[in-house]
Amino acid sequence: MPDSVSASTGPKFGAPLMELSGVSQIFQTKKGERPAVRDVTLTVNAGEVLCLVGESGCGKTTTARMAAGLAKPTQGSVAYNGEDIWGMDKDRFAEFRTAVQYVHQDPYASLNPIRSVFKSVSAPLRKHGLAKNNHQAWEQAAELLRRVDLTPPESYLGKFPHQLSGGQRQRVSVARALSLNPKLIIADESTSMLDVSIRVGMLNMLGRLRDELGVGFIFITHDLAIAKYFGWEGRTAVMYLGRVVEYGPTQQVINDPEHPYTRALLNAVPEPDPDIAAQKLPGGGLRSADIPSLAALPSGCTFHPRCPLFEEGLCDVISPELSLIDSRREVACHVVAREAHRGAPDMPAAVSS
Amino acid sequence: MSDETPILSVKDLVVRYTTGSKSHVDAVRGVSFDLYRGQSLALVGESGCGKTTLGLGLLRLLPRLGSVPSGSLRYVGKNGKTIDVLKLGNAALRRWRWQEAAIVFQGAMNSFNPVLRIGDQMADTMKSHLVDGHRPGKAEILDKSAEMLRAVRLEPNQVLPSYPHELSGGMRQRVLIAMSLLLDPRLLILDEPTTALDILTQRAIVDVLADLRERLGFTMIFITHDLALAAELADRVATMYAGRIIETGSVRDIFSHSRHPYTAGLINAVPPVTRDLPTLASIPGSPPSLATLPAGCAFRDRCSYSDDRCATIDPDLDMIEERLNGLSHAAACLNWKDVKSPREVVAADA
Repeated sequence: MPDSVSASTGPKFGAPLMELSGVSQIFQTKKGERPAVRDVTLTVNAGEVLCLVGESGCGKTTTARMAAGLAKPTQGSVAYNGEDIWGMDKDRFAEFRTAVQYVHQDPYASLNPIRSVFKSVSAPLRKHGLAKNNHQAWEQAAELLRRVDLTPPESYLGKFPHQLSGGQRQRVSVARALSLNPKLIIADESTSMLDVSIRVGMLNMLGRLRDELGVGFIFITHDLAIAKYFGWEGRTAVMYLGRVVEYGPTQQVINDPEHPYTRALLNAVPEPDPDIAAQKLPGGGLRSADIPSLAALPSGCTFHPRCPLFEEGLCDVISPELSLIDSRREVACHVVAREAHRGAPDMPAAVSS
Repeated sequence: MSDETPILSVKDLVVRYTTGSKSHVDAVRGVSFDLYRGQSLALVGESGCGKTTLGLGLLRLLPRLGSVPSGSLRYVGKNGKTIDVLKLGNAALRRWRWQEAAIVFQGAMNSFNPVLRIGDQMADTMKSHLVDGHRPGKAEILDKSAEMLRAVRLEPNQVLPSYPHELSGGMRQRVLIAMSLLLDPRLLILDEPTTALDILTQRAIVDVLADLRERLGFTMIFITHDLALAAELADRVATMYAGRIIETGSVRDIFSHSRHPYTAGLINAVPPVTRDLPTLASIPGSPPSLATLPAGCAFRDRCSYSDDRCATIDPDLDMIEERLNGLSHAAACLNWKDVKSPREVVAADA
């Protein structure tokens, strides 16, 4: 682990575990630029959960890939323990890469089908010299499987992915991510392909890792109920077309959303309660159900063609910046910010959830 | 809704897959239910519980290795005549499907021919079936296609000349629903209609379905693993486990007073998005293999209510509250009286 070294390049004391400052990712395509992520600033502290929520194509995964060092931002900086990851030398970058691990969405695709569980889990241990011989690797792999509730580990180590269920495979992926004692796990829709009951088991297991090992999480999901359950103590960032539109403590963002987009998303979530379900507004209360293309982003606030609070001459002209509307929450919306500063926290009843 | 004869009556239906020259697996093991006109029934359960197989079996769309060795399937047609679906010949079956009963498959992309325009695919459907006893003309086909597309809130001029890949996932799903309703079927089966769609898109589909059902009055069976969706779209819910229906009742029965430990467990595993944060628990273990089902109740290894009797008795649906029109609440559990589903709140809504 990085204890140390020279003052100028080493980890800074008190800096957040992971800090994205104004990062953008603009893809160059034959048909022009596609701004997948624009000017996103987020932080994760040790043992903290940051949930990234939004619809597909909103830039959640691209943001996570930049945080993991899998993609280099076209603008802005990514700092790990206060140190810019793209200014690191080779060794420090390798250290960073072991400390930040990625768990993918599809456990059917992320495990090599011709490798046994033991081989998959122990490969990083051997590669990074954490296990000196096969016997040690076996012991450590068994311990990792115990951590993710695959017990008894002996009955799983020799198996191949096709012999495991989806939930078991995803646990193997997590065990593999844990093998290098990561400080931050990036879970990209890691539970979305699992059955309801298995999903909860998985979330409870991840929550235990967070509490017992102090691992930080960037948790990507399109399911706000899952974000609420897993990220209750942490923070949530709602993304729309490559930008963060609402950012704050999960409890506030989910239970008392301010941005009209967050409100619409929450209103659209099916609720396992017939009484609440009957109160849902059609279309989530939006003016349009279609997501604009990244190739032709609307002017001003990119949400304005769908927004129920749309004000002509303001929202379609000026792009709103994230601004604090109370002590801890940032929202990128002209109307909400104005109302908040006026001291009238309640918005029009159009999209009340 | 009335207390007339059910539109679809399923009795002890068994669906069997041949897995070898002498071996077979029963994926649906004796399912019975009556579906009345205008009702919406949700079939819920984890993957591998037989939901989709049952849906395919109802339309006799099983793959070649699947068969229905026993049970009965009766359907009351538009003309009021009762049809024994299992006895229909190929030609009659073809007519029955789509005109009387249609299905929307999971995975909208795979349900289209990628090299044909949407308009042509819709026209093919209408040409290959008789519409009200005659072969439809070009203008009629176009009118009806446009009408159905508008019913699912799509713009016909934009969609009809498009190829499937030019449409978004939500649009494709809506086109599929429009296509399934082209011939005015009275029964519509939807297999995971909103899986893999975004939340707002999913909401749009839910709205369209609720609206269509109100206007066209068809009867609906929808298959889903998402219990929250069932709470939105259904008025009846049937939970399946290991090829059987283990609990059936109205939405309120199932979501507020579920009496089967499996249903209670499933509901307890769904995080709510509004109000307080409850503790959630998963159901331990995994569903049993249908090839080697244990004696007694198939759920007993995962069940916290199980006792000695559960090892020998595989319970039938036991009536809890009897109502008309198939809305009775019944659970296949010996200990249903003890089952409680209290949710413990860990963090109250601020």
